[in-house]
Amino acid sequence: MKLLEIKNLEIQFPSRKSTLTAVNNVSLSVDRGDILGIVGESGAGKSTVGNALIGLLEPPGIMTNGEIYLEGQRINDLPESDKQKIRGKKIGMIFQDPLTSLNPLQTIETQLVETIDLHLQLGEEKAKQRAMELLGQVGIPDPEIRVKQYPHQFSGGMRQRVVVALALCAEPTLIIADEPTTALDVSIQAQILDLMRVLCKQKNVGMIIITHDMGVIADITDRVAVMYHGNLVEHGHTSKILGDPDHPYTQSLISAVPRPDVKLVRFPQVTYIEDIETKKEDIDISRHWLGQGKNFKSADGPLIKLNNITMRFTTKPAILKKNRIYLDAVKNVSLDIKEGEVFGLVGESGSGKSTLARIICGLYSPILGEVIFSGTNLTALKRQEELDPFRRQMQMIFQDPFSSLNPRMRVHDIVAEPIWFHKLASSKLEASDIIIDLLEHVGLGSQAATKYPHEFSGGQRQRISIARALATRPRFLICDEPTSALDVSIQAQILNLLKDLQAELGLTILFISHDLPVIRQMCDRVGVMKDGELCELNETELLFGDPQHNYTKHLLDLMPRLDGLSLEGLELSSNN
Amino acid sequence: MSIISKTQILKANYQRFTDSDIWYSFKKSPVTVVSAIVTFLFFFVTIFAPFIAPHDPFDLASIDLMDASLPPAWFFDGETRFLLGTDDQGRDILSTIIYGSRISLFVGFVSVIFSLILGVGLGLISGYVGGRLDAFIMRVADVQLSFPAILIALLIDGLARSLLPRELHDEVALYVLVFAIGISGWVQYARTVRGQTLVEKGKEYVQAARVIGIRQWTILLRHILPNVTGPVLVIATIHLAIAIITEATLSFLGVGVPPTTPSLGTLIRVGNDFLFSGEWWITIFPGIALVLLVLAVNLLGDWLRDALNPKLR
Repeated sequence: MKLLEIKNLEIQFPSRKSTLTAVNNVSLSVDRGDILGIVGESGAGKSTVGNALIGLLEPPGIMTNGEIYLEGQRINDLPESDKQKIRGKKIGMIFQDPLTSLNPLQTIETQLVETIDLHLQLGEEKAKQRAMELLGQVGIPDPEIRVKQYPHQFSGGMRQRVVVALALCAEPTLIIADEPTTALDVSIQAQILDLMRVLCKQKNVGMIIITHDMGVIADITDRVAVMYHGNLVEHGHTSKILGDPDHPYTQSLISAVPRPDVKLVRFPQVTYIEDIETKKEDIDISRHWLGQGKNFKSADGPLIKLNNITMRFTTKPAILKKNRIYLDAVKNVSLDIKEGEVFGLVGESGSGKSTLARIICGLYSPILGEVIFSGTNLTALKRQEELDPFRRQMQMIFQDPFSSLNPRMRVHDIVAEPIWFHKLASSKLEASDIIIDLLEHVGLGSQAATKYPHEFSGGQRQRISIARALATRPRFLICDEPTSALDVSIQAQILNLLKDLQAELGLTILFISHDLPVIRQMCDRVGVMKDGELCELNETELLFGDPQHNYTKHLLDLMPRLDGLSLEGLELSSNN
Repeated sequence: MSIISKTQILKANYQRFTDSDIWYSFKKSPVTVVSAIVTFLFFFVTIFAPFIAPHDPFDLASIDLMDASLPPAWFFDGETRFLLGTDDQGRDILSTIIYGSRISLFVGFVSVIFSLILGVGLGLISGYVGGRLDAFIMRVADVQLSFPAILIALLIDGLARSLLPRELHDEVALYVLVFAIGISGWVQYARTVRGQTLVEKGKEYVQAARVIGIRQWTILLRHILPNVTGPVLVIATIHLAIAIITEATLSFLGVGVPPTTPSLGTLIRVGNDFLFSGEWWITIFPGIALVLLVLAVNLLGDWLRDALNPKLR
């Protein structure tokens, strides 16, 4: 008998205009001691499956068809009071954000004892005993002290361990983990996954892990189910799915995952997912608008030269200077970016890489150091008018496609703004032609111009962002985590687009990311930042092959390996 | 040829509107539809008052003291000429209500626009510039919040009365009233707009505009202002009802508009004197009109707040 069986599950979300079938005819099963991964991109319905299992569908969602059996007992048509008994007792849950899944006003002990008492009726002394044991099992040091503490006294990773303990405390037979490590740093992610795997095997519990991250899937699961638009497209052993997927969507999804091990010329075959209205044609840059007006004198030395940049923010303002508290976001960073190269900056959150980008494009002025662009010291220029010509040559693509476009402006006006400001078109007609052309060039149709940003998906918005950045005909583009808010398949498309544009227009790009595989695929040279300092700078392949600095080694060690991917039919980058 | 023509945009806008959740939630709420109709009727009737009102209550030639204190038309000694009866001077109550609503709505509307411009402007600057200016504007707002709005309006009206000569005061009384009510209401706009501006200013589209090189004022007006208008609209609708009530209260207390151009509040006050002598219609009907107007506007504002805030749905 299977531990959990789902048969022909169908879930619908009726709304005013139409009914969305979020999950369509999904059948799955899990055994004890078995780890099943459900992977898919946003909107695939994977979390909805998880919620349906515990009977917590968000309204107006309803289960329109299907049966769910736990240990042979049908659970989906039980009354609410019986479902409550199953939740926590039979099925444990681990949620994404450890900050919100613990009650901040209660000690860890209170929360654990409450759950243990509710489901196991051990009595207070035994329950406390058990709470302590559990904390020990999930690897929290000094459980007898820690158990009396409040959630805010734990770090993010420790808190997620407590959540795991909470899920385990009634000895459930099945654990459902919905994006259990998405909110955590890479280093902690690996530890939590290890812990979950060990506990699952040790206690002989079935586990379902819902994630968008192929790295997590490769790390921990035995079997994997791939979902796409509510359908289960493929289902099988993890090594088989990763190494030799059958379904074209799975193939597309896996090829879209940036490879940590080799550098490819571009991402292969990612056309399955998002519909792009027009296929862009290659343009003759010498005659095209984007190629016009390139009358910059080309730089003698590097295009961008940073000399000893230091940036400091006041975190606690005070009238007296000695009472102020500062944060040094960037410490004495010097680097060169050559014309026509893609320069990568990598580092964990808070390492100062975004601050550095904002200093280069003039959003912040550094307290020390200079930014030299093509021989001109920008930090010395104080008047807006003097800066304008350089602003035109330098543009930025932002991280969050949902906030980087003004929601009250039409796409046409968004792209038109830089053109008008820098007086790059002489008439409305000319400007409109340019805008339409740009939109088509980034893979959106001309109809996009009349719409508002909210009518587009994340990937399409990022394309609009790119069109806006290109509208000034820049020679230097700063991409600040341009794909970290996107699904992998869309990420691959956007990265391919950036690669094409870079080759076509001879752009110089500063590419900022926390994601090492992405950096490897995109960049010629890479700088590694930690706590505001640049600790290593080298050619990409040299850096990945032979890291010098300890921190770089540490970062590379944490990178998910994704073993078992095939190299068949892929075009490797020449500088391997 | 330009790809997007004007008609295309108009058509797209119409489509967007009829498809929108706002229109849907409007259609689905009968209370809101009724309030909208009542509000619209008030506006229509007061704007076209000279053509709609059966009499001109301010035309001395048409007033006959013989018609004084007639009850509404459906009473025994009522006359069909005067549907809602007449007051002690022989003026038609229906007509005075129509002209009175005109004054009330004018004062309410203009003072709302006045507070809106003042509040939104100060809120935008406060939120965008920040620092000491922000602290100063917000402390002024805090101080003002510690007084009731009606007290401030009374204070300003009293000041104007003592400073201006009597004839001049009667002439500008209406504008003093607008100023007094307007000044007492800006704080709410300023606070809301400031908060919203703080949120919007951190968003990446503002940074993108700065990277392009757009000047600060243009960013403030073209990018931030349109994105903070949603909540302002809601406050303005609810504030309109409050402003009408405040005006009526002031006029009822006798410090509002002069009796020569009576508003609803003045009518209620004047009629109040006749309440116990049996001529109840002189005060009751203006009272009902005021309640209807304020209730309709308020319900409309409540609906707008709920419709624009998905969290409350």
